[in-house]
Amino acid sequence: MTELCDRSGTDLSAGLASGEFTAVDLAESSLARVEAVDDRVGAFLTKTPQIALERADELDVYLSTGAPKPDVAGIPIALKDVLTTNGIRTTCGSKILETYVPPYDCTAWTRLSGAGSVLIGKTNCDEFAMGSSNENSAYGPVHNPWDLDTVPGGSSGGSAAAVAAGEVVWALGTDTGGSVRQPAALTGVVGLKPTYGRISRYGLIAFASSLDTVGTFTRSVRDAAVLLTAIAGRDHRDATSLAAEPGDYLAGIDAGVRGLRVGVIRDAFGEGVQPDVAASVRAAVDRLATLGAEVSEVDLPHAEYALSAYYLIAPSEASSNLARYDGVRYGLREDGDDSIAMMFATRGAGFGPEVKRRIMLGTYALSAGYYEAYYGQAQKVRTLIIQDYASAFAGVDVLVAPTSPTTAFRIGEKADDPMAMYLNDIFTIPANLAGVPAISVPCGLDSAGLPIGLQLTAPALDEATLFRAAAALESDLGLELRPPLLAGV
Amino acid sequence: MPVEIDIDHVALLARIDLTVEERAQLRTQLGAILEHAAKVGEVAAADVTPTATPNPAVNVLRDDVPEPSITHDAAMQNAPAQAGGRFMVPKIAETGS
Repeated sequence: MTELCDRSGTDLSAGLASGEFTAVDLAESSLARVEAVDDRVGAFLTKTPQIALERADELDVYLSTGAPKPDVAGIPIALKDVLTTNGIRTTCGSKILETYVPPYDCTAWTRLSGAGSVLIGKTNCDEFAMGSSNENSAYGPVHNPWDLDTVPGGSSGGSAAAVAAGEVVWALGTDTGGSVRQPAALTGVVGLKPTYGRISRYGLIAFASSLDTVGTFTRSVRDAAVLLTAIAGRDHRDATSLAAEPGDYLAGIDAGVRGLRVGVIRDAFGEGVQPDVAASVRAAVDRLATLGAEVSEVDLPHAEYALSAYYLIAPSEASSNLARYDGVRYGLREDGDDSIAMMFATRGAGFGPEVKRRIMLGTYALSAGYYEAYYGQAQKVRTLIIQDYASAFAGVDVLVAPTSPTTAFRIGEKADDPMAMYLNDIFTIPANLAGVPAISVPCGLDSAGLPIGLQLTAPALDEATLFRAAAALESDLGLELRPPLLAGV
Repeated sequence: MPVEIDIDHVALLARIDLTVEERAQLRTQLGAILEHAAKVGEVAAADVTPTATPNPAVNVLRDDVPEPSITHDAAMQNAPAQAGGRFMVPKIAETGS
């Protein structure tokens, strides 16, 4: 049965404003869904039901005075557990931060909280956001609500699954190489990675600082625009946040795609792409053409080098960022005879296999004698990829490709083969290297009934065009996406 | 060809204790990953400028005005060991005798 928590944020916001139901009703609906399904889904690492109900009650009192209601007020939300929350444990899915309680909020949450958002909890993720399946969490995997034996994608797997299962209305994740878009595709929800610097990274516990982006999970394109509006903008606490004023993301969202120049990435449909994924994305492109878009094929000639560049740049930055976990100021400490021995022991015991792999890879790529050949060359490839996008966007407004080469795979299927796992992100990584915005929107189901995602990419700061194209497709396809898990709820 | 790397040296640089099994596994896995990653050497000639970040902001400064910050107690609240408002660590130098 459809409950309050299954409705869109936009719809719920109107219902709250009109008094159709209260914020407490809505929080209780969300918490009841968590209670009903999360022992099977495993989306949450920390649940905050008391805080949620208190906040909802405060909001009801506030709204009863006739005060204007911010769009995000009262809407149940979850935050990926790499985003700091003052007084609420934040683990990054790692043993090394198992008991860490931040003394400050990340800016994205400061803005949402200030506007009356209701936090339901912190979501599971791959350790330090490193992974594409959520299997690298120190606290166990997340199960995809569409098939509990499959992964929800990663690294923001808990946020994606929580939104897909209606445990929350929307959620925040982070996207360094596809960690919002790929899990959104695999769980049948909308996943937005905005322009690098559009949302403050303050309080986003760093993985790869030149690539990390806060992103959104929603069940509609319009909700993504609403949520971005609430958190986008310059923050003096993040020197890389952009000074440009955020656009009006809702004004043209229903304008349609007539005349929009859509470039289909030619090489994104070949070897390694599941045939029904390619077919579904192509069918969606045909719909865009029918709706009046001007469709052409384009090439990103250096995209084939993006994966290689990413797996040098991201681990290099990670090896530096994660040097802070030394057992001195916070997090796990393992005993040692002296401070250096304590640090070796702490890091050996506290980090899981994927994090160790990436720290080692990055340390090697930055080490004397290898820096130029690996990190230096990777930075040059990054330039070439930025130039590829510039050339492509000279002729088209948005680019289209599958978000992920496959739909959800079985838990354990790729766990022992890092290279196979890394290939999940082959279509999402280039946007992170170039800093351009991209969105994954559901476009169908495969032969096993698992969701397929289509990725749209736009020039820097043109999120409005992404929303316009994605909303047109969403409206035209009219998919009814309800995971089988919810049939008995 | 898989890349041969000196795992013991890299683990020393990274300050991570690794078991014998972890070292063996990482030697194989990193060798394979680096073989793939070495593709970056096939393109990007000498005249290509490297890019470190998509948003090359330079000297982002705010006004030189004091702002509230977290308290000393808040900064210490997650310390594994502390004494007198300071972080405690095992000895960091030989004291001689």
